[in-house]
Amino acid sequence: MNFMASKQPENCLLGPESDSQRTLYPYVTGTSVVALKYKDGILMAADLGGSYGSTLRYKNVERMKPIGKHSLLGASGEISDFQEILRYLDDLILYDNMWDDGNSLGPKEVHNYLTRVMYNRRNKFNPLWNSLVLGGVKKGEKYLGTVSMIGVNFEDNHVATGFGNHLARPILRQDWHENLSFEDGVKLLEKCMRVLLYRDRSAINKLQIAKITEEGVTISQPYSLKTYWEFSAFANPAQGAVGTW
Amino acid sequence: MQKCIKNGPLAQLLNAKKAYPVRPEPWKGPPTVSYRKMFRNQYDTDVTTWSPAGRLFQVEYAMEAVKQGSAAIGLRSKTHIVLGCVNKANSELSSHQKKIFKVDDHIGVAIAGLTADGRVLSRYMRNECINYSFTYESPLPVGRLVVQLADKAQVCTQRSWKRPYGVGLLVAGLDESGAHLYYNCPSGNYFEYQAFAIGSRSQAAKTYLERKFENFTDASRDDLVKDALMAIRETLQGETLKSSVCTIAVVGVGEPFHILDQGTVQQMIDAFEIVGEQEGPAAEPDAAAGQEASAEPEQGAAAGEGVAPMDI
Repeated sequence: MNFMASKQPENCLLGPESDSQRTLYPYVTGTSVVALKYKDGILMAADLGGSYGSTLRYKNVERMKPIGKHSLLGASGEISDFQEILRYLDDLILYDNMWDDGNSLGPKEVHNYLTRVMYNRRNKFNPLWNSLVLGGVKKGEKYLGTVSMIGVNFEDNHVATGFGNHLARPILRQDWHENLSFEDGVKLLEKCMRVLLYRDRSAINKLQIAKITEEGVTISQPYSLKTYWEFSAFANPAQGAVGTW
Repeated sequence: MQKCIKNGPLAQLLNAKKAYPVRPEPWKGPPTVSYRKMFRNQYDTDVTTWSPAGRLFQVEYAMEAVKQGSAAIGLRSKTHIVLGCVNKANSELSSHQKKIFKVDDHIGVAIAGLTADGRVLSRYMRNECINYSFTYESPLPVGRLVVQLADKAQVCTQRSWKRPYGVGLLVAGLDESGAHLYYNCPSGNYFEYQAFAIGSRSQAAKTYLERKFENFTDASRDDLVKDALMAIRETLQGETLKSSVCTIAVVGVGEPFHILDQGTVQQMIDAFEIVGEQEGPAAEPDAAAGQEASAEPEQGAAAGEGVAPMDI
């Protein structure tokens, strides 16, 4: 007989912590994704950072992936949940291809499927901790939409996630117009990403820009933006703010 | 003693012929009929029993049920599909059975055979369409719905506790790739058609459609409806073509699936002067209740048993 009280380990399935089989907090996260519609399709940008809390731990995380023939998915938030979503979409596209008929799932269909998945998970109090951006072109029609972890979804001419909503969208509202050329679109995205790089603590200076057109998806090689740190406010940060250091 | 019995009332008992043979007749060998007829009844009890010739008779009998139902026709152009059916009512007192169902804005179906089975399958199709629409915000491609329907029918040909659906379906729908018309069999097969007719006396309609089908691809919507009415007239074989006798439905690019109302159909009949040979044009647009007295017996291919009440 054992008279010593046995100590339950914290992750056991008995007691009040037993339902920690559902998502409670994100662990490895990606930051903003920014996307806009241009003349030939969609342009999307995201950096390659995976933060572990406030540590910029992983610097080679690709947060944009092509889906099927017509779509491109970018995600911010929990990276493992993004990988799970990619698995779901893999199955979806596989079954779509197995029909082997003239029909294929376009960006609108994929976007709505993701909305259903995100919303259903939210209702079960077990969300996929991501904000997704879904862009694509099918039969000449451009499509750009977003879904959040609670299932809020909408379409627009330009979308962003996380900090991008606060820092990039205002720039896009001012500078975006219909039928941007590829070069102008890239310049605009870089402008947004530069601001995010300066002001978002979880952003790193290694990004990719992806483009999707009727022909298909191209994701650039990772590269860095030129930054300028000699602004007088940066050189002497305490100047304008009393008591700061 | 015997004399008494022979002449008395009990004589009947003595003299009555035996109702059964006293000794069974000797076996003269198997009946000398054709191989096919001889074995057909032995292998047709179960859908899961093959015949020696490699046939499933229950499935073939199910297809027979389709031939007994009243006619349904379909034809398509590049942009439109028209479905038509002959309205058959049990008696003058009753209304006719519904044989054309809207499945979604872009898909409709006309049935022939056991209408109860057809109704159940229509509900299945509507369910599939609405679920797909909800998940993908996009219409279900007809081709995929038809395959799902065919797979469902196939299951019933391979379970001993089920029976095949006794209904043939003409599925009309629009896709990314254009207008489509499919025919789904109780056997689980499906075929795509430019034009087709099923049900009783459908051969007459098919003959007409075979003559005209090459023009259908580029035909206008109204010409397509006119051809549908002409094809229906062929199946009526002399009976006057009135809007109360038939139902027409259309689906096309920019035109969701809908059944044309009787008034419109009658107008088209009058406009094209499509009437039976014997009588003049019937001008009144009737309500849906079957008014004509014709209760012609169905001339199907089965043995002359008459129409079962459930077969309309």
